[in-house]
Order: sequence, then structure tokens, then C-alpha cells
Amino acid sequence: MEKNLRRFRVDLHNHTSLSPCGDARMIPQNILRAAAERKVDVIGITDHNSAENVAAMREAAEPTGIRVIGGMEVTSAEEVHLLALFDGDDELAGFQQLVYENLHGTNDTEAFGYQWVFDAEGGVIDLNPRLLIGATVLSVHEVVDGIHGFGGVAIAAHVDRQSFSIISQLGFIPGDLDLDAVELSPFSEEHGFGPDELAAGVTGERKLVAVTFSDAHHVDEVGRAVTELMVADGSVAELRLALRGEGGRAVVGGV
Amino acid sequence: MCLSDIARELDLTVIYDGGDIDREITGGYATDLMSDAIAHAKAGDLWVTLQVHVNVVAVASMKDLGAVVLTQDRQPLPETLQKARDEGIPLLGSNLRAFDLIGRLYQLGIRGT
Repeated sequence: MEKNLRRFRVDLHNHTSLSPCGDARMIPQNILRAAAERKVDVIGITDHNSAENVAAMREAAEPTGIRVIGGMEVTSAEEVHLLALFDGDDELAGFQQLVYENLHGTNDTEAFGYQWVFDAEGGVIDLNPRLLIGATVLSVHEVVDGIHGFGGVAIAAHVDRQSFSIISQLGFIPGDLDLDAVELSPFSEEHGFGPDELAAGVTGERKLVAVTFSDAHHVDEVGRAVTELMVADGSVAELRLALRGEGGRAVVGGV
Repeated sequence: MCLSDIARELDLTVIYDGGDIDREITGGYATDLMSDAIAHAKAGDLWVTLQVHVNVVAVASMKDLGAVVLTQDRQPLPETLQKARDEGIPLLGSNLRAFDLIGRLYQLGIRGT
């Protein structure tokens, strides 16, 4: 059955105050206001190795018309950052459990920052004690397989950066790694790899789709980069179709 | 051997001399993975790395390391330098690559702990 497709502006890489590097003001009302100001239709909530602020974000977003996608930015054993995005709460919870089982260590608030879990009003309800800035013991292949095992989309984060990117850590993207897309950071010109280095880093005949998101850690960064999709709705299922170019869905731009 | 003596012997650039530039260095550690440093570096170690991002200083602070030495003339990112100031972590630089720098540190008597 043909669905009506339209343009969606999506920013699927945002941190909240749960990430130790996330500003304490990254609470629901501020994040959503910033997203609305930049006319973002869908925001992804992707804290380091944790999705504990997703439910609160989703609840706070309900009256706004902005769709919240739940996920996280996983750190593999090689210290590669990968975005994991899911539609269902059960799938997200299952993947969270996998990550927590493979993440060890306790946070040092002085060294890394505070990891605030909030409610929909932005009130602090907990301080996450885990070393969320740490690396899991899962290899990149295990992370990607794990994401797919729970029905999610796997995107290699900020591949153009010189730290924590699949290219900085592995030297190149393994040909057999089943990534759904690669993310370019909003500041590709600074401190990053140039086009030649990126082209050299992507191997195999498989063409990898590039998307761009904000990687927001501060309120004024939310929506500073978005990807435009031609899809039926703001779900991960539609995102997957767009990344594959199936059913008329497509990635139509990035700003 | 104290840090300032090491810096002089090996012609290291002192990028930031805050914290304790005369601290006794009790050992050395070399890695470019934060998780590895978190797991194995010891307090008082001199850490040799090519990573210039802010987490390097955060980890050095967490583990109470003696200093961070950046290889290959790599410069810290602005936020890294700021964090070094905030945390009082000495930051030094070498134009050498890790293999050669570590060899010379070893010759000075610095050992892994």
C-alpha cells in the first residue's frame, strides 16, 4: 500500500545530562525547545552507553509534535563510537541490558562529570554510577550484531573525527561490518579527516550512506546539523528504508 | 626521577606546567586507548600517548598520573589544555614517536609498573 512520503528533518545524535560530557542544562524542556526552534521533526536521544533518559524525553515530547527516537552511543572495545537506534521500548531495554552486562567500572564525577537521570519535568531522580564514558568489552562486530539482533539501526558515529571514530580506531571500515550508515560530524573541516582520507577508509564495493547529526552536548547545539529524509513517518523502520533507498524512501539532504 | 628532570633530559616541550612539575615519576605507561589507561595506569605514572582529546586529561586526573606526554608534536585540543589547567595535570610534548620516546625513557630508568 502506497504511503504518503514527505520530508522529515531528523537529528538522531543528541546527548542529555546523563552523558558525563553532556551539559547539565540538557534537560527535556531545553532540548525540545531548541529542536523546535530549528524545526527538527525527530530527535534521537543517544547518551553514552545508556538510554535511561529516553522515557522522560518521550513523555516530555508528547505535547510538542516532535518525535523522540530512543537509543544510545555505544563505545566498542576498540573505542569506536556507534549510534544504536530503536523503535520499541522492549528492544531498547534488551539492548541496554546487553550493553550494561558488558560495561564495567564506576564513574568519577570529578574527572568526567555528572550523569543525571531526570524525569519529564527535568527534575533529577538519580545519578547513574556506571562508567558511561568507558568502553564496553564488545567488539564493533558484536555491537553491530547486537543492535541488529534487537531490531535497531547501527550507524558509525562521526567517522570523520580523529578520535573515537571507526576510521581513527581501526584505520578503515571492515568490509564485512554490516553498518546501516556512517555519520559525518557538523565540524568536518576542523580536527578531522579530509575527503581523501575518508574515501580511503571506506572499503569494499558496498556504498555506505552518509548522514549528519548534531552530536549535541549543549542546548545551542541541538539541531545544528540535521539529515532530511523522504519517509512516511519518523520511525526507525522508515529510517532503515530511507538508508537502503527502498520503497521510495530516501536520504534527500543534510545540513 | 622527577618530571622536570625527565623533561630536560629528553628535551620535552612543556605545554602546561601546572600541577606538580617536580613530581617524582614512579613509572611509565603507554597506550592510546582510554579504557586501557583506566584499567592499568598507576598513580605517578608518566603516560605516553598520541591522543589529544579532553578525555586524556580526565583519565590522567582520575588515575592521579604524574604527567601526560603527547608524541609526534601533536598539540592538545583547546578543551584538553583547559582541562589540564582545571585539573592541574602537567602536559608535555615530544617530537618523537612513541617507540623511540619510550626507549629513551627506559634508558633513563623509567619502568612499567
